[in-house]
Amino acid sequence: MYREDSSRYKNFSRRALILGAGQVTLFGILAGRMYQLQVLESNRFRTLSDENRINLRLLAPLRGRIYDTFGKPLATNEENYRLLLVTEQVHDVSKTLQALSRLIEISDFDRKRILKESRKKKSFVPITIQENLDWKEVSQIEVNSPDLPGVIIDSGQRRIYPFGKIFSHLIGYVAPVTEKDKTRERKQNPLFQLPGFKFGKAGVEKRLDYRLRGGAGNSQLEVNAVGRVIRELSRHEGRPGDDVVLTIDKLIQNLAVEKLRDEKSAAAVVMKINNGEILALASVPGYDPNAFDIGMSKKEWEEISSDPLAPLINKAVAGLYAPGSTFKMVVAMAALEHGVITPNTKVHCKGHVELGNHRFHCWKKTGHGPVKLREAIQQSCDTYFYEIARQLGINKIAEMGRRFGLGKVTEIDLPNERSGLMPTSAWKKKKLGSAWQQGETLVAGIGQGFVLTTPLQLAVMTARIVSGREIKPKLIKAFISNGVIRELKAPKSKKIKILKSYRRIVMSGMDAVSNTPRGTGYRARIQDDEFDLAGKTGTVQVKSISQYERDTRVLKNRERPWIERDHALFVAFAPVKNPRYSIAVVVEHGGRGSTVAAPIARDILRATLKRENAKKKDLE
Amino acid sequence: MTFGQKFCQINWLLIVLLIVLAFIGCAMLYSAGDASWDPWAKRHLIRFGVGLLLMIIVAVIDIRIWLRHAYTLYFIILALLIAVEVIGVISGGAQRWINLGIVQLQPSEIMKISLVLALAKFFHSASLEEIGRPTLLIVPLLLVSAPVILVLRQPDLGTAIILIMTAGVIFFLAGVRAWKFGVLIGTILLSLPFAWAMLHSYQKNRILIFLDPESDPLGSGYHIMQSKIALGSGGVFGKGYLEGTQSHLKFLPEKQTDFIFTMLAEEFGMVGGLLLLLVYTLILIYCFAIALRVHNQFGRLVTLGIGGTFFFYIFINIAMVMGLLPVVGIPLPMVSYGGTAMLSILIGFGFIICSYVYRDIRVGRNGNANLD
Repeated sequence: MYREDSSRYKNFSRRALILGAGQVTLFGILAGRMYQLQVLESNRFRTLSDENRINLRLLAPLRGRIYDTFGKPLATNEENYRLLLVTEQVHDVSKTLQALSRLIEISDFDRKRILKESRKKKSFVPITIQENLDWKEVSQIEVNSPDLPGVIIDSGQRRIYPFGKIFSHLIGYVAPVTEKDKTRERKQNPLFQLPGFKFGKAGVEKRLDYRLRGGAGNSQLEVNAVGRVIRELSRHEGRPGDDVVLTIDKLIQNLAVEKLRDEKSAAAVVMKINNGEILALASVPGYDPNAFDIGMSKKEWEEISSDPLAPLINKAVAGLYAPGSTFKMVVAMAALEHGVITPNTKVHCKGHVELGNHRFHCWKKTGHGPVKLREAIQQSCDTYFYEIARQLGINKIAEMGRRFGLGKVTEIDLPNERSGLMPTSAWKKKKLGSAWQQGETLVAGIGQGFVLTTPLQLAVMTARIVSGREIKPKLIKAFISNGVIRELKAPKSKKIKILKSYRRIVMSGMDAVSNTPRGTGYRARIQDDEFDLAGKTGTVQVKSISQYERDTRVLKNRERPWIERDHALFVAFAPVKNPRYSIAVVVEHGGRGSTVAAPIARDILRATLKRENAKKKDLE
Repeated sequence: MTFGQKFCQINWLLIVLLIVLAFIGCAMLYSAGDASWDPWAKRHLIRFGVGLLLMIIVAVIDIRIWLRHAYTLYFIILALLIAVEVIGVISGGAQRWINLGIVQLQPSEIMKISLVLALAKFFHSASLEEIGRPTLLIVPLLLVSAPVILVLRQPDLGTAIILIMTAGVIFFLAGVRAWKFGVLIGTILLSLPFAWAMLHSYQKNRILIFLDPESDPLGSGYHIMQSKIALGSGGVFGKGYLEGTQSHLKFLPEKQTDFIFTMLAEEFGMVGGLLLLLVYTLILIYCFAIALRVHNQFGRLVTLGIGGTFFFYIFINIAMVMGLLPVVGIPLPMVSYGGTAMLSILIGFGFIICSYVYRDIRVGRNGNANLD
């Protein structure tokens, strides 16, 4: 028995050894796996662990403000108080809402939405009850906060346009990102993922959006497996957007809008001649940009976007109008340069010109008789310009127009600017497939037919006539980033290749328009002793006058339906000696340039000059 | 032997090692409770105290008494397992507990010990020649399969595997020929398709996900992925005590039970993990040392059988949290929170120490003992 047990013991010992070896091997595997996970692959898992726990939350940067040239704020940010509800701190959501509704108004729609969200969202994710609370509401809720557990007042920023409609097109507006904004940026820029993020959709807000917007900050939050925030690990405040100072003078802009407001649809641009700075750029009707930030109802939006007066369009840069007689300076300079006329060349106006079997009428049925260039401008004789246009040909007219900034964009810092049109025979061939007709040249000679310009281009044209330089409109005066003002210098403008005497003669023609009794703009001259202006009227037919009408009686503008009335235009510079400002006013279907557009331009220019004097006195 | 003599014979160093383990467990449970003694750390210590007492009681009772009553004990526990089937409390989708008024008992845990005792008693009385006869193996195989089937019905795959593995160790140590294991393994492999059909869908799922955890990162594979992330991000030296982000931010599931090793390795890194493994290794070396010094087959088989159970607990648990084995729900001995498991382990060590205390008693195959 002892022997037997001894053999059993030997057998046991041998097998115990094998077992032990097996166990050591298996533990070795465990240690190896530990080495693999914790040393070799540790970096990968560390990243995964951080991704697990760290939630990067974006912080909205403060949007840059927009100022006028004197530092008056045109677009600012305002603290916006919103009411949030954290359901995990609330026993009964509907009871809390009831208590709240005694303090503020909660619509049925909101009530339903909040109840729905409270069921769907995680209990620690705040639900927005209401945005844009006013101070009274905020303080009322603050006072009652002990009775309202889980109700938090959160502050954010909202965009404010203190002058509303006056700057609607110029400043534009910001609005929340919608599904329709399928820009590449929306996908790439993390800012666009921010709830409640708004970006520029029109005007300066759109064009300079990138600068105004700034850079997003972020806050690293530690979250647990269900997403609850445990603590903030780090916080980088965003880079606030740059402030923008415009060349605009709020007062003049205001006045321009005031003056245009009586018209259904009109635009005006005032600029400084020497550097192209835009002092006012107005378009009516406008809209209240503040409405977009708060959120516009579908009905409001449809109303505004389907309005035939197109309140959303900035007519100063995107409205295309035949320049009418305001184009005559360009035709005159082309004729002078190409030797078609001298200042003393006389053309006999008998009230119309015949070309083939077609008759081209002067606005004055009885005719002006023999006229020289200066008189032709002064009295806006159409016959004179039919004649010189016929001799010039369309291409030379168009070429001169382009030199003065027509037919191409002025590159102003505003979106959706249109280039207008300086038609040429090649253009017509290409675009319409037909040959240019001489009759069309005649019509173009008085700024009608294919010729199209924007009010801004007309103001630029006038400034170029005065200065002889390629003045470009300048809207941005300076950027302010981090408190440092960086002024934008206007690029040195090139000289326009044209003899000074040619410009002089059309300018004296314009002087005659406003300041001689026979001038078409005489009644809209500035009658103060210290100020004066020189301009050119334009009245553009939108409907051709039939022979029947001519034979009987041409209806007065007032007698025609609005849509068939003439466009009224006026361009001017002031003062006559040492001109500093140019202006263009277009009143859609306003009637005659001399009686509708010219007085508006006069009032704006007079105010501009007066303001200049006042400033001088201030400085002294 | 007087009680005092017996008391002196107890392996105190082994007990120190067990205490070290219990304190490691306590520290980790304190961390798991977010730096709080409640709800786990305190109770863990109390249970350890109770278990330690039971262990010493078991250790000083004469091994012959245990030998005599091994089968009785086995059948009592088997009866309890059946009782679980009948009056067990539904818990976590599996019937594992039996309510004894104040304490809830998990008979399957105790079965791991009593099966070792029963098998050791059986092989103690069989000579090597007898063991060579295949027919002799019928009885021990029945002893194993009865509890395995009951445990599988609960269903508790982890315990079933431990029971089978432990039995395998005892069969092997008792001298069962290697080819028979070959036959058995072959049979098991052949019956796998049938076993697969019998598994609960969640068990099947666990195995499938084990094979490819990243296929289901938000479902069941989530646990394994998060566990690996926790371990890996711990690196060599860990994130520091109470600083484990994975565990404290609740990315890690079951951190107080099955995944406690993950938490330890996250907070103390590979160094911590290896140190724990070292403590376990020392305890296992102790078991082998004791087994080789015991002069009776019963004591030897009990020592290495229980040592084997202990080993499988450790290996399966750690391999599981490191993604080497499927998640089967086996705690880390002495560290994981869980009352019955800790008691059964301490009672098991009671038997190992008992074998040591009575190492010089030679017991004949028929049960006659003589001291020399």
